[in-house]
Amino acid sequence: MNELQFLTWVRGPGLDIAVGIFLLGVLWRLFEIYSLGRKKDLAAPRQRSGASGLHTVFRRSLAPPGMLKRSPVSYIGGYIFHIGLAIVVFGFAPHILLIKNLTGLSWPGLPSQFIDLAAVVTMAAMVVVLVDRITKPAKRFLSTFEDWFTWAVTFLPVLTGWMAVQHLLLPYTTMLALHILSVEILLVVLPFTKLFHAFTLFGSRWYNGRVNAHKGVPV
Amino acid sequence: MSASLEKGIHALKEVIDAPIASYFESCVHCGLCAEACLFYTETGDPKYTPIHKVEPLRRVYEQEYTLLGRLKKAVGLSKPVTDAELDQWQELVYDSCTMCGRCSLVCPVGNDIVYMIRKFREGMAVSGHVPDGIRSATKRTVEIGGPMGLKWPAVANVLRKAEESTGLTIPVDKEGSDYLVLLSSMEIVNYPEYIEALAKIFHKAGISFTLASDAFEATNAGIQIGNSDLAKVIVSRIVDAAERLKVKYVLSPECGHAYMAIRWEGPNLIGRPFGFEVVHVLELLDELRQKGVLKMKDKLKDPLILHDPCQIVRRGGVLQAPEPLIQQVAENYIPIADKQKWNWCCGGGGGASAIHTEEAEALRAKVFRIKKRQLEEAGVNTMVTFCANCRITIEEGLDHYEMNTKLLGLTELLAEHMED
Repeated sequence: MNELQFLTWVRGPGLDIAVGIFLLGVLWRLFEIYSLGRKKDLAAPRQRSGASGLHTVFRRSLAPPGMLKRSPVSYIGGYIFHIGLAIVVFGFAPHILLIKNLTGLSWPGLPSQFIDLAAVVTMAAMVVVLVDRITKPAKRFLSTFEDWFTWAVTFLPVLTGWMAVQHLLLPYTTMLALHILSVEILLVVLPFTKLFHAFTLFGSRWYNGRVNAHKGVPV
Repeated sequence: MSASLEKGIHALKEVIDAPIASYFESCVHCGLCAEACLFYTETGDPKYTPIHKVEPLRRVYEQEYTLLGRLKKAVGLSKPVTDAELDQWQELVYDSCTMCGRCSLVCPVGNDIVYMIRKFREGMAVSGHVPDGIRSATKRTVEIGGPMGLKWPAVANVLRKAEESTGLTIPVDKEGSDYLVLLSSMEIVNYPEYIEALAKIFHKAGISFTLASDAFEATNAGIQIGNSDLAKVIVSRIVDAAERLKVKYVLSPECGHAYMAIRWEGPNLIGRPFGFEVVHVLELLDELRQKGVLKMKDKLKDPLILHDPCQIVRRGGVLQAPEPLIQQVAENYIPIADKQKWNWCCGGGGGASAIHTEEAEALRAKVFRIKKRQLEEAGVNTMVTFCANCRITIEEGLDHYEMNTKLLGLTELLAEHMED
C-alpha cells in the first residue's frame, strides 16, 4: 500500500468503521450504564434554591473554594487542554468541512494562525498535566495503563495534525493519513475507556446534584 | 469462594445502580478527591484517595455489568475480588473513611463518592470485613437497644436526675405529644446536660414532648456498619413508637449519624414515607429563635469557632440554622474559612470513633491536626459543635495534643444562657 492508498483507506472505509464503532459503542455504553436505574428516595425532600441536578452540572465546571490552590495544575492545565481541544477540533476550517460533508452542519472557521497557536498551547498543557500525573502522589498512585494509553491517543491526533499542517518530518500525505488514523483510534477507544467521561460526566454531575438536592444541599 | 464472600459479592451486585455505574465510568483518575479528604491531606499517603477506597466495588461493577468486563471475565482476564482483598480494604472503608462526604463536593466529573462508600459497606458488612468495634456496637444496638449497651432503667435514672436538677417533668410514653424526643447513648452517658437543656427549652416554648421507653436511642450502628437489614430493625423501633404515641414530630438529637439515619435513610429502610416529620434539634431551636421564644439573658464572651458536623450540615442539609444560633449566644463568633458544608470532619464519624485498634486511634490523632490548625489559625481557645460523636472525637484529639481548648455543645450553651 502506498501513501496515497493509505490516505484513501483512512478517509474511506477506515473512517466509516471508526465512526460506526464510535456511535454504536456510545449508544451501547449509555444504555448499559443508565438502564441500571435507581431507587426512588422516600424521605420527605427539603427544598433549597441552588440545589438541583442541573445546578451541579454547571457548578462543577468551576473549581470549588480552596481547590485551585491545592491543585493548580489540574484545574488550569485541565481547562487549557479541554478548551484547546475544542478550539482545534471545531474551529479548524478543514475539520468543519469534514463535519459538513458528514452531517450537513457548518459554521465559520477560525484563522489558521490562531488554530496553530491553540494546538501548540494544547499540547504544552497536555505535557504539563502528564508531568503532574507522574509527580503528584495521588495521581501517580491511581494511574493504570489506561491513563497513559488514553493520554497518548488524545495527544497523537493533535500532534500529527499540527505536524501535517506544518509539513514536519514526513510528507504531507503520509502525515495527514497518520493524523486521520490517530483520530480513528481515538474514536474507537473513546466509548470503552475513561475518555467516555465526555458523555457520562453530565449524568454523574446530575445524579450527585439531584441526590443531594433532595436533602437541600447545593453541591 | 467462601459463603460469606459470595454473599458479599452478591450484596455489591445488588447495590450497584445507574449513579454508581455513571460515577465509575466518569472517573479520570485526577486524584482531586484526595485533596478534599483529611486522611490524605494529613498523612500524604495516596492509598487514602477516596475513589481508591471503592476499587473492589468498581471491579465488581465492571465484571458484572459491562459487556467488555463480562467478556474479560469469561476468558479469565479479570482479577476477581477476594476475601484477602476485602480484608485489606477494611481499613480504607472504615478506619480511614468517616463518610464525611467532602470528596463528593469537589469531584470535577461530579462523582458522589460517599454514596459509593455507603453502598460498598453493604458488601463489606455481609462478607464479614468489619472492624470489631463497629460490629459489637451494632450487636449491642440490635440486642440491647443502644450502641453502648444502655438499658431503659439507666436512661430513666438520668431523666430523674434531670427532673430533679431542673424542677421540670420529663414525660415518658405520653400519647399525643407534639414531639417524640430521641437521644443518643453518648449524650445520656457523657452529656446528660443536653437532656436538661431540652427540657428547659420545651417548657419555655410551651411545646409538649415525650420520650419513649422502647425507642430512646437515635443512633443507628446498622448504617455505620453498612447493613441495611439491621439498620431497618433499629429504625423501625422509632417509627413504631412515633406511630403508637401519635406524635407530629420526631426530634433528632444533635448526633449527626442519628440524624442521617432517621431523617434521610429511615423511610428508605422501611420502604415507605413517614407519617410524621423528622426535625433536627437545631432546626427546632432556630425556629424558636425566629419566633422570638429563644431569648438570651447574656452572651458568652469568649472568642470561638464552630465545628459543623458533617452528617448534620454537609450531608444532612441543616445548613442555615447553626450560624444564627451561635450568634444568638456568642458575642465573639469567628467564622472560619472552611465552614458550613465545607467544614473538615473531626475524624471520628461513620463509626470510625468506635474502632479502638492502635492503628485506628493513631490515625485519628494524626488527622485531628486539621482541627488543631483551624483552632490555631483562628487564635481561639473555644470550639462549639452539635454532635455528641464529634465531641468525643474532638476531646480525644485535644487531649492527645494537650490543648487547652474548651469544647461546648450548642444546645446546652443556648440553654445555659437562655432567659429564665
